[in-house]
Amino acid sequence: MTVSTPSVDLAIETHGLTKRFGHQAAVDGIDLVVPRGAVFGFLGPNGSGKTTTIRLMLGLAAATSGDIRVLGRAMPQSLRDVLPRVGALVEGPAFYPFLSGAANLQRLDTADRYAPSATRAERVELALERVGLTHAAGKKVRAYSLGMKQRLGIANALLSPRDLLVLDEPTNGLDPQGTREVRNLVASLAADGATVFVSSHLLAEVEQMCTHAAVMSSGRIVAQGTLADLRGGGIAHVRIRTPDGAEARVVLARLGLVPAPRVGAPDRPPELDDVVTAPLLDDSTASEAIVAALVAAGVRVRGFAVEGSTLEDRFVALTGEGFDVAQ
Amino acid sequence: MPSDLVVRPARPAAGWALLSSELSVLFRRRRTWAMLAALAAIPILIAVAVRLSSSPPAAGEGPPFLDRVTQNGLFVGITALVVSIPLFLPLTVGVVAGDTIAGEASLGTLRYLLVGPAGRVRLLFVKYAGAAAFCLAATMTVMLAGALIGAALFPVGPVTLLSGDTVAVAESAVRALLVAAYVTVSLLGLSAIGLFISTLTEVPVGAMAATIVLSVVAQVLDSLSQLDWLHPWLFSHYWLGFADLLRQPISWASFGDNAALQAAYVLVFGALAYGRFVTKDVLT
Ligand SMILES: Nc1ncnc2c1ncn2[C@@H]1O[C@H](COP(=O)(O)OP(=O)(O)OP(=O)(O)O)[C@@H](O)[C@H]1O
Ligand SMILES: [Mg+2]
Repeated sequence: MTVSTPSVDLAIETHGLTKRFGHQAAVDGIDLVVPRGAVFGFLGPNGSGKTTTIRLMLGLAAATSGDIRVLGRAMPQSLRDVLPRVGALVEGPAFYPFLSGAANLQRLDTADRYAPSATRAERVELALERVGLTHAAGKKVRAYSLGMKQRLGIANALLSPRDLLVLDEPTNGLDPQGTREVRNLVASLAADGATVFVSSHLLAEVEQMCTHAAVMSSGRIVAQGTLADLRGGGIAHVRIRTPDGAEARVVLARLGLVPAPRVGAPDRPPELDDVVTAPLLDDSTASEAIVAALVAAGVRVRGFAVEGSTLEDRFVALTGEGFDVAQ
Repeated sequence: MPSDLVVRPARPAAGWALLSSELSVLFRRRRTWAMLAALAAIPILIAVAVRLSSSPPAAGEGPPFLDRVTQNGLFVGITALVVSIPLFLPLTVGVVAGDTIAGEASLGTLRYLLVGPAGRVRLLFVKYAGAAAFCLAATMTVMLAGALIGAALFPVGPVTLLSGDTVAVAESAVRALLVAAYVTVSLLGLSAIGLFISTLTEVPVGAMAATIVLSVVAQVLDSLSQLDWLHPWLFSHYWLGFADLLRQPISWASFGDNAALQAAYVLVFGALAYGRFVTKDVLT
C-alpha cells in the first residue's frame, strides 16, 4: 500500500525502521508514510510497538536500523531543526509534581530555543485555555487528576505553533467532554494545516477523527492507507432487525445468502427483536430484492441496513482475535 | 493563536532560559531548602553548644578552630565548614548531583525536555551548572549562618590568623569568602561524578547513594597510609586544605592544587557523562 510520493509531501516517512530490545524486535522493519496535512491514526494492540516507534521518530531512542524522515529532514541528525516544529505527547504526560501546571509548562518551554521568552507566559496561558485548565493553572501538578495531567500534557504539545503533532494516546483518562474536546482540537489543528499523528487503540475515535491510518501488530505494519482504503478491505453486511428471526434466516438462505446463526438465550421472549446479519459476498443480490422477499414471506421488518465493514472488523481481522499481548 | 504568538524566531535564542529555569526549579524545591536549612543548623548548633558550655574549649580540643570561636565569632562559620566537609556537604551535593539526569528520567520529564528540544549536551551543561550552583549555595549557607550566629553570640573584632598576624574584620570577611570559594571548588569534582552516575540510571536514589558512598570511600582511602601513592589523585585529598588561606601572606599553592585536581575530575567525568548520555535511549 506504500505509494512512492516525493518526500516533500510527507510529514513522516520511515524505511525499514527497526528497534530491538535484546532479542525482541519491538519495531520490525516498518515503512510508515504519513502525508502532510493528514490526521493519521496509528493503531495497534498493547505492546505492538506504537510508543517505541514514536520514540524513534523523536530521537529519544536510536533505531537499530532503518531511516526516518520527519518534516522532510533526516532524524535524528536534524533533530535540532525539526523538533521545535513538533509538539509531542509521548507515553502519557510527565511533570514535576511540586510545580504548578503553569510553572511546569514554562519550565518545559524553556527547552525550546525557538520559543521566545517574551511571549512565554502568554503562550502558556493560551495553551492552558485550549485544554480547559485555566482554573487549575496555579494548582500543583501533584494535586491534578489523571485527566487533568493528560490535558496538561496536550497543552505542552501546543505551546508553540507546530507543523506536526505526535500524540500518543491523547484521550487516555479523559472524560467524555475531554475526549470530544481533543477531537475538536485535532480537527482545528488539522484545519490550520498541521499534520497530526495520533496513536490509539480506540477504533471508534480513530474512525471519527482520522483521514489516514496504519495498523501495527507485533512490531510490523499490517495495513496502511486512507481510512476508506482500510475499511474497503472488508465485506458489506445486511443487517435486519425483526421479531421473526427464524423466518428471516430461511428467506435469506433461499436468496443464497449465509446468515449468521442466532445469538442470545434460546428462551428469549419472542416479542423482542432479533438481529439477523449476513455478508453480501457479491453484488448479485440487490438489497431492495432482499427487503421485498422478506416482506412477501410475512417477516415483520423493523430495521434494515447495508453496512460496510467497520474499522473494528478490519482491526480484529488484521491483528487477531486473541486478547493476550503478543510476545 | 494571536498573530504575535505564531511567529517563530528565525534564529534560536542563546538558550539561557533553560539555565535560569533549572536554577529556579532547583531552588524552589522544598528538598533543596530542607538541605540548606539542615546545613545552616550546623553552625548554629556549634555556636549554641560552645556558648552554653561552662568551660571554653581548649586549643586542639574538638574540631580545628573551635577554640577560637569564643574569642571571635567570625570563626564559627569556618569551624562549621570543617565539621560539614567530611559528610554533610558531600551528602547534600550527592543528592543534588545524583538527581540531575536520573531525577528527570524517573519523572519522565527528561523525554519532554529532549523533545523540546533541549539538546543533550546543553542539558548536561545546564544540569552541571545547577549542581555547581548548589555547591556554592551550600557552602555559603554554612558560612553565612556561622557569621550571623557568631556575631550574635560572641565578640567580633580583628581576627588573629594562623600565622599570628591580626587582620581587620573586613579583611577577615574576605578570608572567609575565600575559604567558602575553596570548599565550593572542592565539591565540583564530586558533582561531576554524581552527574555521570546520574546518566547511568533511572533511579535517582541509587545515583545519590552511589555518589555519597564514593565520597566516603575516597576519604577512607585517603586516610590509609599504605595507599599514599594514591592520595594526590583522590578528589577528597585537598578538602580540608584551606588553612593556607588563613595565613599572612596567603599561600595559594593548595588552592591551585585543589582547583587543578577538581578540574581534572570535571573533565574526565564530564566526558564520561557526555559519552554515556548522548547515545542513551530515553525509555522512561
Ligand atoms: N525499555 C524497554 N525494554 C525492553 N522492552 C521494551 C522496552 N520498552 C518497550 N519494550 C517492548 O517493546 C514492545 C513495544 O512496546 P510499546 O511501548 O512500543 O508498545 P505500544 O504499542 O505503545 O503499547 P501500548 O498500547 O500498551 O502503549 C513491547 O513488547 C515491550 O515489551
Ligand atoms: Mg504505548
